[in-house]
Amino acid sequence: MGAYFSEIFRGLQSLAIGMGITFKEFFQPVVTVPYPYKTIKMSARYRGHIELIENEEGTPNCVACGMCQRACPSGCISLASKSVEYEVEVKGEMKTKKKKVLTKYNLNFTTCSLCGSCVESCNFGAIEFSKEYNLASSRKEDFHFDLLERLKERNS
Amino acid sequence: MSAPIHIRPDETFTLNVGPQHPATHGVLRVKMEMDGEYIVKAETVLGYIHRMHELMGENRTYPQVLPNLSRLDYLGALGYTHGHVLAVERAAGIEVPERAEYIRAITVELNRVASHLFWFGAFVMDLGGFTPLMYAIEDREYILDMLEAITGSRLTYCYYRFGGLYNDIDDDFIAAAKAFIPRLRKSLKKYDGLVTGNIIFRKRLEGIGPISAEMCRKYGATGPVARGSGIDFDVRKNEPYSVYPEFDFDIPVYHECDSLARYKVRMDEMEQSLRIIEQGLEKLPDGPIMPKKKPKLIKPPKGDYYQAVETARGSFGIRIVSDGTKNAYRFKLRSPTYSNMHMFDEACEGMMIMDALAMMGSLDLVIPEIDR
Repeated sequence: MGAYFSEIFRGLQSLAIGMGITFKEFFQPVVTVPYPYKTIKMSARYRGHIELIENEEGTPNCVACGMCQRACPSGCISLASKSVEYEVEVKGEMKTKKKKVLTKYNLNFTTCSLCGSCVESCNFGAIEFSKEYNLASSRKEDFHFDLLERLKERNS
Repeated sequence: MSAPIHIRPDETFTLNVGPQHPATHGVLRVKMEMDGEYIVKAETVLGYIHRMHELMGENRTYPQVLPNLSRLDYLGALGYTHGHVLAVERAAGIEVPERAEYIRAITVELNRVASHLFWFGAFVMDLGGFTPLMYAIEDREYILDMLEAITGSRLTYCYYRFGGLYNDIDDDFIAAAKAFIPRLRKSLKKYDGLVTGNIIFRKRLEGIGPISAEMCRKYGATGPVARGSGIDFDVRKNEPYSVYPEFDFDIPVYHECDSLARYKVRMDEMEQSLRIIEQGLEKLPDGPIMPKKKPKLIKPPKGDYYQAVETARGSFGIRIVSDGTKNAYRFKLRSPTYSNMHMFDEACEGMMIMDALAMMGSLDLVIPEIDR
C-alpha cells in the first residue's frame, strides 16, 4: 500500500519537475528567425550551385579544359568551346596563336549533389560556389543553368 | 451506409504500418498480423528507396563515390564517409597527416552527438511528447552551424578526402566547439529532468521491448542496440582505427535489454563523445591536412580490403575488392541499421502495437541507410 502511494507521489513529482523546466524555457529568448522577412547570412564556405568567375577583362577564367566535366560524378556539367586565333607579340614579331574560348557552360542542377569535385579539380580558378539557396520551382527547366548567361547578367 | 464489419474473436487481421507512416521515420513498411491490439506476426518490407549505392560504387571512380556515402545516413553522415575514406586509404596505401585524423575524429563525434540529439527528440515524439524535440533541435542547430562553417553543407557533408580533408578548421570552429561542450552538458541535465525521470516515459519503456544478447548475436546487431543488451562491443575500442586509441573514453553498457536501456546508452554516449571532442581539441596538432605525396589517380592494387567504423547507429563496414583499375570491382556496404531492424520481426511478436512502435523508435532506424 505504501509503495503504491509513494509511486503516485514520485510520479507526480517527476511531472512537476518536467513542467518546471518547460516553464523556465518559456522565458528564454527566441532562437528562430521569421524566415522570409529576416534571413541568416550564409557561411563563407557554404556550397551552393557553381558559378563562373571572370577575369579583369570581363571574360570567364575558364579555358574549357573539361576537367570539371570529367570529375563530376553525376555528369551534370556540359561545356562547349571553339578555337579562336589571336595575335600576340613575341620578341618583336607578331605571331598567330590559337586558344579555346568557352561558348557554352551548362549546369544541370537537378542531378548535382554539391560535392565540390568540380571546384577542386579546376586548375584555373574558374568556378566557385554561389551563396544561392532560395531555389524553388515547379518546373524542371528552371534548374538547367546557363552559367555563361548568368555571368553576363551579373556584369550588366 | 454499409454494414459494420464483424471480426470473430479468433480471427486475425492484417495491418500495414507504412510505407508512409510517421512512426517508421521514412518509407519502411511493416506488415503486421494483428489479434486485436496484439501483434501475432510482423514482417518488414524493404526496398522503397533503394538507390543502388553499391552498384554506383562499382561504376564510378573512387573519388566520384565520395558524395554517395553521405547519402546513406543523413543524420550521421560523417561517420560513413569516414569509413569510406579509411577503406580506400588502406587499399591505396595513402598516409594521412595526424592533424587531419584529429579533425576527422572531432567532426565525427560532433556528428554523432547531432545524430543522437535528433534521435532523442524523435523518439520522445514517438511516445507522444513533442516539446523535447524542439529543445534537441535547438542544441543540434549549434552543431550543424559549426559543421556548415567548415564543411559547407549542413547534412550531406562531403568533407573528407582520400588522404586528408577538403579544408582546414579555423579558430572560430574551435571556439564554437569549446563553447558548445558546457552548453550541451547543461542541456543533458535538462533532458534528464524533463524526460528520463518522467513517469509516463518510464512506464512506456521499462521492461518493454526486450532484445536479448543472444538475439543481437543472431542478427548481427551492433551499436547502442547491442550495448543496451549487455554486449560490450564498440569498434572504436575493439578494433581501434584513426586516432581513437589516443582518447580516453568509456563505452556505456546496460544489461536491462529493454527500450529504456537503449535510451540510456545513447544519452551516455553523448557525454562520452563530448569527452572525445574535448580531448581532441586539446591535443590537436599543427601541420598539413593533406599528405605531401598523394597519387593523382587512385588505383588500389589488386586485393580485398575491409574497414569497419563505429557510426552513430552501430558498426558500419565497407568492403572494397579492387582489380587494379580506377573503379572498384566490388563495393559492399554493411549498414548497421539493416541488421538492427531485422530483429524487429522477432522481437515484437506478442507485443501491443504501441509498445512495438516505441521499441522501433529505440532501434534508431534511418531508412535510406537500410535500403542504400
